[in-house]
Amino acid sequence: MIAYIIRRLAYAVPILLGVNVITFVLFFVVNSPDDMARLHLGNKHVTATAIEKWKSERGYDKPLLFNEAQSSSERFTDTIFYRNTVKLFLFDFGQSDSGRDIGYDISQRMWPSLAITLPVFVLGLLLTITIALAIAFFRGTYIDSWAVVICVAMMSISGLFYIIGGQFLIGKMLRLVPISGYDVGFSAIKFLALPVLIGVIGGLGHGTRWYRTIFLEEINRDYVRTARAKGLSEKMVLYGHVLRNALIPILTGVVVVLPSLFLGSLITEAFFGIPGLGSYTIEAIQSQDFAIVRAMVFLGSVLYIIGLVLTDISYTMVDPRVRLN
Amino acid sequence: MCVTLIGCSDGPLNNPYAASSSSEAVFYDSFRERPKHLDPVSSYSENEARFNSQIYEPVVQYHYLKRPYELTPLTAVALPEPTYFDPSGQQLAADAAQEDVQETVYRIQIQPGIMYQPHPAFARNENNGFQYHTLTAADLEHRATLADFELTGSRELVAEDYVYQIKRLVHPHLHSPIAGLMGKYIKGLPELSTRVAADEHANDSFVDLRAYDFAGAKAVDRYTYEIRLTQKYPQFRYWLAMPFFAPVPWEADAFYNQPGMKARNISLDWYPIGTGPYMLAENNPNRRMVLVKNPNFRGELYPTTGAADDASNGLLASADQRMPFIDVAHYSLEKEAIPGWTKFLQGYYDASSILSDSFDQAIQFNPQGEAQLTNVMREKGINLVTAVTTSISYLGFNMVDNVVGGDTERARKLRRAISIAIDYEELISIFANGRGVPAQGPIPPGIFGQIGGPEGINPYVYEWRDGHPVRKSVAAARELLSEAGYPDGRDAESGEQLTLYFETVSSGPGSKAMLNWYRKQFDKLGIQLVIRATDYNRFQEKIRKGSAQIFGWGWNADYPDPENFLFLLYGPNAKVASQGENAVNYQNPRFDELFVRMRSMSDGSERQELINDMTEILRRDSPWVWGFHPTGYTLYHDWYGNVKPNLMARNTLKYKTIDAQLRERKRGQWNDAVVWPVAALFVVLLISALPAWRTYVARQRAAAR
Amino acid sequence: MQIVFLTTDVLFFVLLTSISVYAIYASRREHLAAPWRQVSRRPLGMSAAVVLSAFLLVAVLDSCHFHPRLDGAENSDTRHSGEISSVLELLIAPLKNNFEKTYSAPFAIYAYAKETIEVEGGATRRDYPRLRHAGVHLRDPLERRSDIMQRSLGGVVLGLGATLAVVLVIVTLRARSTAGPWSESLSAVVSGRTEVPWRAIVLTVMLLAMAVGFCVRVGPYYHIMGTDKVGTDVLYQAIKSIRTGLLIGTLTTLVMLPFAIVLGIAAGYFRGWVDDVIQYIYTTLSSIPGVLLIAASALMLEVYMARHGEDFANLAARADLRLLALCMILGVTTWTGLCRYLRGEALKLREADFIVAARAFGVAHWVIVVRHIVPNIMHIVMISIVLDFSGLVLAEAALTYIDIGVDPSMESWGNMINSARLELAREPVVWWSLCAAFLFMFILVLAANVFADAVRDAFDPRLREAR
Repeated sequence: MIAYIIRRLAYAVPILLGVNVITFVLFFVVNSPDDMARLHLGNKHVTATAIEKWKSERGYDKPLLFNEAQSSSERFTDTIFYRNTVKLFLFDFGQSDSGRDIGYDISQRMWPSLAITLPVFVLGLLLTITIALAIAFFRGTYIDSWAVVICVAMMSISGLFYIIGGQFLIGKMLRLVPISGYDVGFSAIKFLALPVLIGVIGGLGHGTRWYRTIFLEEINRDYVRTARAKGLSEKMVLYGHVLRNALIPILTGVVVVLPSLFLGSLITEAFFGIPGLGSYTIEAIQSQDFAIVRAMVFLGSVLYIIGLVLTDISYTMVDPRVRLN
Repeated sequence: MCVTLIGCSDGPLNNPYAASSSSEAVFYDSFRERPKHLDPVSSYSENEARFNSQIYEPVVQYHYLKRPYELTPLTAVALPEPTYFDPSGQQLAADAAQEDVQETVYRIQIQPGIMYQPHPAFARNENNGFQYHTLTAADLEHRATLADFELTGSRELVAEDYVYQIKRLVHPHLHSPIAGLMGKYIKGLPELSTRVAADEHANDSFVDLRAYDFAGAKAVDRYTYEIRLTQKYPQFRYWLAMPFFAPVPWEADAFYNQPGMKARNISLDWYPIGTGPYMLAENNPNRRMVLVKNPNFRGELYPTTGAADDASNGLLASADQRMPFIDVAHYSLEKEAIPGWTKFLQGYYDASSILSDSFDQAIQFNPQGEAQLTNVMREKGINLVTAVTTSISYLGFNMVDNVVGGDTERARKLRRAISIAIDYEELISIFANGRGVPAQGPIPPGIFGQIGGPEGINPYVYEWRDGHPVRKSVAAARELLSEAGYPDGRDAESGEQLTLYFETVSSGPGSKAMLNWYRKQFDKLGIQLVIRATDYNRFQEKIRKGSAQIFGWGWNADYPDPENFLFLLYGPNAKVASQGENAVNYQNPRFDELFVRMRSMSDGSERQELINDMTEILRRDSPWVWGFHPTGYTLYHDWYGNVKPNLMARNTLKYKTIDAQLRERKRGQWNDAVVWPVAALFVVLLISALPAWRTYVARQRAAAR
Repeated sequence: MQIVFLTTDVLFFVLLTSISVYAIYASRREHLAAPWRQVSRRPLGMSAAVVLSAFLLVAVLDSCHFHPRLDGAENSDTRHSGEISSVLELLIAPLKNNFEKTYSAPFAIYAYAKETIEVEGGATRRDYPRLRHAGVHLRDPLERRSDIMQRSLGGVVLGLGATLAVVLVIVTLRARSTAGPWSESLSAVVSGRTEVPWRAIVLTVMLLAMAVGFCVRVGPYYHIMGTDKVGTDVLYQAIKSIRTGLLIGTLTTLVMLPFAIVLGIAAGYFRGWVDDVIQYIYTTLSSIPGVLLIAASALMLEVYMARHGEDFANLAARADLRLLALCMILGVTTWTGLCRYLRGEALKLREADFIVAARAFGVAHWVIVVRHIVPNIMHIVMISIVLDFSGLVLAEAALTYIDIGVDPSMESWGNMINSARLELAREPVVWWSLCAAFLFMFILVLAANVFADAVRDAFDPRLREAR
């Protein structure tokens, strides 16, 4: 098991290297270091020497990939790419272009993101499973078909509408919660209630429909028929057998998103003014802060790969027949 | 969920703040973008000045009430006056000609007894050494913010602190935006820059600037210092009012530049240290910034005189009282405009600008065309102040372009035709809800040199009719266009439709309508307008290279002097040739000659005449479509007092008052939660669950049978 | 009139043609046609298909572009406007040209904001001015309600008439093909006893026809969905947005298809190191958070367009390129899924008898791939176009919100929602832009989802069992 995990993580290194190359190329094609300097120095009275200084201070005056001025291995190591990439692998994100320490900012902004994504994830999962199970109970009746219709209709509504509508109705018309903002500790609840509610509702349609098919698949299996033939009540069948067995595909399916919860959600955070990693990323994109965006891309990829490994592990835990090799 | 919500908050459910005692006067406001730099040497933008100006004190400030804008001493004993010297060191009269002056000296004396805010950089240990100037990694381990340093100290403000800050302007790590500009004026600044750059070592080390001998600024005694300029530059007194020339104690640099501080984001950029009425108590730019009263503040007095009707407007009620009046100022991050506006209406922000989309809700025009508050606003006790900003939003023609640019009659007529066709009155009414004044030239109202009335209009675009300026007709513009050789927008020779290119910075959803509008304006003349929206970088690059044809841009006054606007068209400042601020690359020798003379003059009829001549040259050549001067509208609740718009002064928080009890009462009235729809929703859900229940019961029965 | 083909037009028509070619190919082969026939038996699925074809028709009409001839230039055939128009714009010209000064509510005849109006005698008063293009034919503003009722009734009748014609055609064709009596066919269709659910189709057609009839009769005289900030008819914008939405939904899959097919098949068919490399590529790409990749690429595109400004003389071409680029960018983030499916399918097919046989006969690899593998994986491509469609339409709106979506000058639901967000803060609220975008988007996505369900059920036997 441990050997397997180590092997998987080693396999992640070339992938992360690839990710780095892609983001690096994308951003330096877009943004010459000169552009970045101008953006950060403002627009009044900027001189060429100020730009040169800014660049040299941040190491952007070096060649991108290959340094002809240096000898031997330094030709590759004394470049922007090398300097930026190696540090990332050591999780040293360095300083953002505006001079703040990125690692520190990420560690601070991770919590507000989690404060939204985690409740959305947990509540959403519980609610959708409950509803899907109830629908599975009524399978074949008009309740089932109506529920599916409602689910498809809910899926067909853009997430933006949920957010705009929710904010307008609950925040502005009913005045039940503050429109936007964030606070730490217990008082955060009033700020989080609405985004969490919207997040849960937004994911309801898709989740319910998906879990319903999983339940129906289980219900049609032989062991369920056997159980029913033994005279077990429908409730017993559903809770005792179907739910337990259906949880395996459901849980192994959601494990992959678990690590990504740290990244927060871009649009919700922007709408509700929540200082999480999602809004951090958007701000970085808008201000073209290359260092932050690369750090976030790297982090995102790492978390994704961790998610994949977790999925594999969760398979072996629920089903001993699967062997890791 | 409702229960928990009610359980954890006191007051209205939607109160975004933690409970505060109503005896404290707290001011609530928002900020949209986190300030990038709070170090006075690099801070230049409005969103930074809002905080910095309450903390740092330059030697002079703008008078809060008087108009036209006027400087008054802040920490200085009296307004600094320049003395001029010729090459032989002979003192010259105050009206000496520009070319005779070899050196200008400002001798500035500051008041004794001014103390810095409490700050760990000043903290002393039992041996009277600095407690926190030799920190080790172990000392820093458990310290994440400035508040984690338990001890604080203070010190008296001395003239050397001002000199120290001027030296900081050229510190290689600080990137002061005005280092280049000031290098042209302050004696020896460029040399100092090279010396410091040569001496500075690693990234984190502290370069003690006190050790450098510098001709441009010197402390004469504990409370007096001198600044030496290499030429006559009367506008320099305005620079003295900006945070660039505020005092910074050397202890701050020694403290913040210790190893390990930067990795914790503890720097002068984030934790300012000043002598002003407020100090930054909390800096969490991801959420909020909190200013609290500086306990060491000396207690400035509220002005006793003001403009003509200030007394009747109640602005002198606080005269001669000790400022500041507000104890705490609480700024919350508000990225989106809509929530901010809603919170203002709910009473959670004390003042607000007006969203273009909410304009009709707040403002109506009376039959005379004056802006008034709507009844809804008045019933809430909301007040309105307006002021034409000292800025201009214009459309520039690149003068090095071979179609719209150049000093030919053909191009000039084309530019004038376009100037007439672009109906700024309509633009102001559609996109700014009437919040703006069409510009007649480069200088905005409220700044010396601009004149109103029939003499002040731009005769190439406007006519004076029935007591107000009226834009010339489109027919007149078409006439001009056909004289320029483009009848009906088609080249008279080739017959091809004239196509022009408009560069703009694309900015979100609102811009689409505006861009369509621009296209319609050119369409009036039969000209096809191609819009190229790019990001700000690309836009600037095009301007820099002179490859843009027509572009929209603006300028906001640094100080209330016509020089600050006319220099935008001064030939030697051309963007392409010398990377100056003359973005349209306008060159006119006569204009340049007049500009040099005008620059060093003091305000008076002679200067006015020069400016009139210059304005006429500009209007004739039309390098800009003069655009408009936006009007700032600010709404504020009636518990917020002493509000008067001041476009130059930023350190205005100290003048304001808050009536916390009134605010608490009104917030309560306005924020009754509406709970019944939620209850109704639950009932509906329950009812719709009934059929499911019936089916369930039926099934159970069937199974039991 | 001078016909213009924008890049996306060409690609869109290529897509339509290839779908038709595949349809003809598949209809001759039972194992390919059977699942599709099953799709055509589902009433809901077919209703959705009718709605989708209506949207498709609009998109096709809006993809036939031309430079309109300029007035007063009859004698010369080179004098065309630089602007680009489309057949659809000709058809809905009354909507396009009826612009007001600024906001007006649906069916209103007065503007939404007060203005200073000059009354006779030079005095002025603040009041709501009459609209320039809504209800101008009314002599008395009070007639408005009855006039609208009358016109909508006319529209509904028009729609019913059209439906009747459709029913006649269907029944006649069916009677001819079954060789039964006409009345029998009619009663079968009406009672829903037919194989293909004609009754559901007719009902959907009827609803659509009535809606169109209503728009035709009322649209030119009133703003059915109001006007926006600069006075453009909101219904016009919503209709024009259909092409954008549809193109993003379909072209995204199309532009990435070559990569997905080539790489997917190569990985599955050749295995070994080829497989390793390709898997590495798509794992790497898919491990980058999608939004970040899209944002980065969108920024890059903007730079490219700015540096090559001369190539994009008119706005339409520029917006078009941006749309295409958005499709490509979205494609990069979605193709990995398709590639993985195709690889799996190719792995399976590789061991199939007929391919093993072909290999044994020494048929060249590329021949095997082209002859045997590609036709047999095309249904996966089709399904993935259908399944990805709704997600892509929704993604456009979200991306436009973070400013990395389509060009702001292009009509799209994302742009409409984005500007409507600000309008909600107005008092009184301007709700119609948001509602119009919501309605159109909801109908399209709902139809797509329902149709996708039908397709999924037909192709996934595991799920069919579960029903």
